[in-house]
Amino acid sequence: MNTFVSRFAPSSSVIPQYRGALAGDDDDEFSDLTWGSQAGFGNIGAKGIPSFEVPNLPDPSAFLRMHTDDYADPNCRIKIQHGTTTLAFRFKGGIIVAVDSRATAGSYIASGTVKKVIEINPYLLGTMAGGAADCQYWETYLGIQCRLHELRNRERISVAAASKYLSNLVYSYKGMGLSMGTMICGWDKTGPALFYVDSDGTRLKGDIFSVGSGSTYAYGVLDQSYSWDLSDADAQELGRRSIYAAGHRDAYSGNTINLYHVKEQGWEFIGNYDVTKMHYDGPGNVPGATGGGYGYDVRTAGRSASDADAIDTSA
Amino acid sequence: MAECSFGLIGKGYVILASDTTAGRSIVKMKEDEDKIKALGPNLIMATGGEPGDTIQFAEYVERNLRLYHIRHNHTLRPSSAAAWIRRTLADSLRSRNPYSVNLILGGYDHTTSTPNLYWIDYLGTMVDVPFAAHGYGAYFALSTLDRYHDPEAPLEEGLETLRKCVREVEKRLIVSLGKFKVKIIDRNGMREIDL
Repeated sequence: MNTFVSRFAPSSSVIPQYRGALAGDDDDEFSDLTWGSQAGFGNIGAKGIPSFEVPNLPDPSAFLRMHTDDYADPNCRIKIQHGTTTLAFRFKGGIIVAVDSRATAGSYIASGTVKKVIEINPYLLGTMAGGAADCQYWETYLGIQCRLHELRNRERISVAAASKYLSNLVYSYKGMGLSMGTMICGWDKTGPALFYVDSDGTRLKGDIFSVGSGSTYAYGVLDQSYSWDLSDADAQELGRRSIYAAGHRDAYSGNTINLYHVKEQGWEFIGNYDVTKMHYDGPGNVPGATGGGYGYDVRTAGRSASDADAIDTSA
Repeated sequence: MAECSFGLIGKGYVILASDTTAGRSIVKMKEDEDKIKALGPNLIMATGGEPGDTIQFAEYVERNLRLYHIRHNHTLRPSSAAAWIRRTLADSLRSRNPYSVNLILGGYDHTTSTPNLYWIDYLGTMVDVPFAAHGYGAYFALSTLDRYHDPEAPLEEGLETLRKCVREVEKRLIVSLGKFKVKIIDRNGMREIDL
């Protein structure tokens, strides 16, 4: 009987892996309401380690997977946002970060105005691909930890350290259903730095990354025009054009583009651009714009492959 | 199977390019396989899909178009050939043993002095397009073509656009497709070139 009870008790030794990550022994004494609004971070206990309610089952992560995996079961009740295009690249003028703004749940467009660039602090940006909630929550949490690092060490955290913190954090939840593919961008002592971090625990340092279902299309434009020596205006235009290409070809990306530029003094928001407007009219009068729409039919209007005019009729 | 073919038109020409690997399971069995078949003096076709089906279907099409040429003393125009091929695939799809073949058809129509390009898949979908891609390459190169393709580009410029696509696939696709075979159709007929 005792063994049976302990199998289903939340503190059972059957699920020791969750005790480490989710330890919240002394949190239960306080209600969130005690302190009023805590902006969703009320679950952070005195030790600064968040704790969560987990399904009261022997294997909570299998339970979660059963109810959220929309690849295996399109009829499942909880759908997670998957489709996206995000990109970031390093060049001599800093880092360009460009993302789309579409959120999809299955074939349904849940929103066209999502902020997929998360402003962690004035000199760190994170991008959002995969689960929107996972990215938003953990990157904001990363922001808290970065601020604490700053207060403790009287020095800004490096991008390498911040991204490593996030990667270690998501790795500790591996197998429990986290879904995020993110790029951590910032400027530190070493100059502009860019890291790719995902929920598998992968962390890569690099110059060019694109993440999401539309990433291949973004790469197709980005790779062919990229160079380290791009001017600020040309780099911003390349970011816009690459996300436009993905917004055009990938059904799960689109609506609008958000563009950021990370410079030595911190990041700067460049603008928001409508993909449909860019298709027909271009991005408008902005630095780097070549004028005219990006759409193939718009760009090649009136041009014909026929060589009837080139025929020599004298022969 | 990771196969990949491209097609694009330019001023008075069509270029078709295809990878040259023939694989089975995890083994590369051949690295100079020609997957672009000449269907007549002014028509070529890049094939991909189920091994066996591709060659059988390509030869079936080629013999039938040749028969038409002999019977009527002139070749079928590219648009008509494309329509016939599409219908053949659509009929096949509704048979007991359908061909699983994806095609890119390129031809030069002497009656209108216009190069034609058709994207056809095994379901019998046909589209008349300025550029086309089949296989994983489509995910990488379609945006490149959206950005750089020009229907009035002279041949060297068209080849440069194609090089951009091949470079992109070589750079980003995780498997190596090896060399690409490139064939051109224009008013003077078909020829093969090194990219």
